[in-house]
Amino acid sequence: MSTPFLSVRDLTVDFHTEDGVVHAVNGLSFDVEKGTTLGIVGESGSGKSVTNLTVLGLHNPENTTISGEIRLDGDELIGASRSSMEKLRGNKVAMIFQDPLTSLSPYHTIGKQIGEVYRKHKGASRAEARDRAIEMLTRVGIPQPKTRVDDYPHQFSGGMRQRAMIAMALVCDPDLLIADEPTTALDVTVQAQILDLLKNLQDEMGTSIILITHDLGVVANTAHDVLVMYAGRAVERGTVKEVLHEPRHPYTWGLLGSMPRLSSAVDVPLLPVRGTPPSLLNVPPGCPFHPRCDYVKLAGPELCRSERPELSPHRGHGDACYLTLAQKREIHK
Amino acid sequence: MLRFITRRTFGAVVTLVIIAAVTFFLFFAVPADPARLACGKVCPPELLEQARHNLGLDQPLFAQFVSWLSGIFVGRDYEGLGHCSAPCLGYSFVNKAPVLGTILDRLPLTISLTIGAAVIFFIFGVATGIIAALRQGKALDKIASVSSLIGASVQIYFVGTLALYFLVYQNHILRQPKYVPFTENPLSWAAGLLLPWIVLALIFTANYTRMTRSTMVEQLGEDYVRTARAKGMSARSVVMRFALRGTLTPIVTILGIDLGALIGGAIITETTFGLQGVGQLSIRAVTSSDLPMLMATVLVAAGAIVVFNIIVDIMYAFIDPRVRLS
Ligand SMILES: Nc1ncnc2c1ncn2[C@@H]1O[C@H](COP(=O)(O)OP(=O)(O)O)[C@@H](O)[C@H]1O
Ligand SMILES: [Mg+2]
Repeated sequence: MSTPFLSVRDLTVDFHTEDGVVHAVNGLSFDVEKGTTLGIVGESGSGKSVTNLTVLGLHNPENTTISGEIRLDGDELIGASRSSMEKLRGNKVAMIFQDPLTSLSPYHTIGKQIGEVYRKHKGASRAEARDRAIEMLTRVGIPQPKTRVDDYPHQFSGGMRQRAMIAMALVCDPDLLIADEPTTALDVTVQAQILDLLKNLQDEMGTSIILITHDLGVVANTAHDVLVMYAGRAVERGTVKEVLHEPRHPYTWGLLGSMPRLSSAVDVPLLPVRGTPPSLLNVPPGCPFHPRCDYVKLAGPELCRSERPELSPHRGHGDACYLTLAQKREIHK
Repeated sequence: MLRFITRRTFGAVVTLVIIAAVTFFLFFAVPADPARLACGKVCPPELLEQARHNLGLDQPLFAQFVSWLSGIFVGRDYEGLGHCSAPCLGYSFVNKAPVLGTILDRLPLTISLTIGAAVIFFIFGVATGIIAALRQGKALDKIASVSSLIGASVQIYFVGTLALYFLVYQNHILRQPKYVPFTENPLSWAAGLLLPWIVLALIFTANYTRMTRSTMVEQLGEDYVRTARAKGMSARSVVMRFALRGTLTPIVTILGIDLGALIGGAIITETTFGLQGVGQLSIRAVTSSDLPMLMATVLVAAGAIVVFNIIVDIMYAFIDPRVRLS
């Protein structure tokens, strides 16, 4: 196996706040292969955004402690210099966000916002950047790109704004695109269009994508691999087929249960995830999911409450739960 | 954009006419007799009648207002006193001259005083506010918040008098404030107003620091600023090209209000520093019962506030395309 394009090892991100230390990410490891899509799923607050903002080095160093390894194409990103991170952002690694309205600057035209990335990283002139912006708008399917390039974001519809956002992210042909819930703020028909667009662009340009979502349907349709996060940790990892069709972690079962569309398709019993996620100021010892888990008794209450389960096996389809594989198979089916 | 400005200007004219009407009826309800003033100390009844007629004071109040108002647009003749050409804001019985000339004489001082100080406190305030926002919790941030509290709680006449005493009379560091027209000698113009500028800046800067800081901190947390960083913009450009735009919008609004208030409330500043501007003029008008002059100064103050409001709206539209294009 070749070395993955992005490799995250034992990533820990702590925020020092007035209320105490928020353990937003805790010993997380995952890989993204070249040209593939990794879907990261988990309830809101499970650390998906924090993880990916860390890849781009976008946290305020004043109140954040980061440890572990983030290797992109062999280069270590944690502790990299500010200027090397600035060169990377928008160039080699680009990011698109959930709400395209608030994520685009209301004060600059779409063309300017796309063009300035190109100018910054490729040293293009104003005119070249503008041509490139028009080219990118055409590519993401904005009608009349030559006139729309001078519009402001508020003159675009929601779906068009997200397309413009994607155009901006892809303007320098990045190797990795991080899409943080790119369709959550959009209505369903537009969602599908945007996901198709991402898929097509990936086929064209061979970009690796990290797709953050809390919608397993989205993952089923677009991702190759899946990482299920809970309380800042990975609880299950595998290919889409493995995780969605033979899920092994009780939390994944819960997520699949709360996804009626998909659950009927793959025929899992309906198990809504009861309870609420733990406070990251004070993560329970042992398995962080044990207070909400129905199988603590079966797996061994002592173990579940005291010792943190590791993701196993080390490669391929892995999950962090003390139930035996036989038990998991028995319960899920 | 042009339509926007036209609409705002029209609204401003309407506002000013309403203000004029209110002040007119308010002042002429005051039991002072302008005709007696115009006529002089010893005034026989026939002459008083004559003066009353000449000034149009024998007309009904509403007719008086109409002729006063039309005087602004087309000028007006005062029998026995001469012509007052448009825009005629009235005739001062004390000065025996149309009020406008006197006001125009004094206005440059008041405007120089205000605008000069505003340029200083705006630039310093915004600059220190940005720095404070970027160094949250550090020394400069704390100094800024403490001094803004002090600035907000002291008065111009207090600081002004102290400054005059220590910087001018005791130590001769600065010269006694004095107005030299800019067109005459720009250097003496600035030197003569330096002390009041510094005092006003001392009082106002900290407020701008505080506002800029808090708005900037807010803006730095906005999604679009995060996007700017995520696409590799340098820290400097993130602040100056992105966050600053959003920060300036509310600050410019406050600046407009402050400028209007400073010109309208020039009485205090000018009295403190012994400068003969529009503020002093209005005081003299009060003490000498010069009603037309008083009205005109009130109108100038109101006009300043209205004009700065329009300027703020236009700047708003420049800063924020959502305002411009809606
Ligand atoms: N800058 C920050 N300071 C303190 N806590 C933060 C910060 N950013 C995120 N968090 C916390 O980290 C946790 C994970 O957040 P996030 O990664 O945004 O979740 P999600 O999986 O929904 O994207 C949340 O509890 C959030 O409150
Ligand atoms: Mg998120």
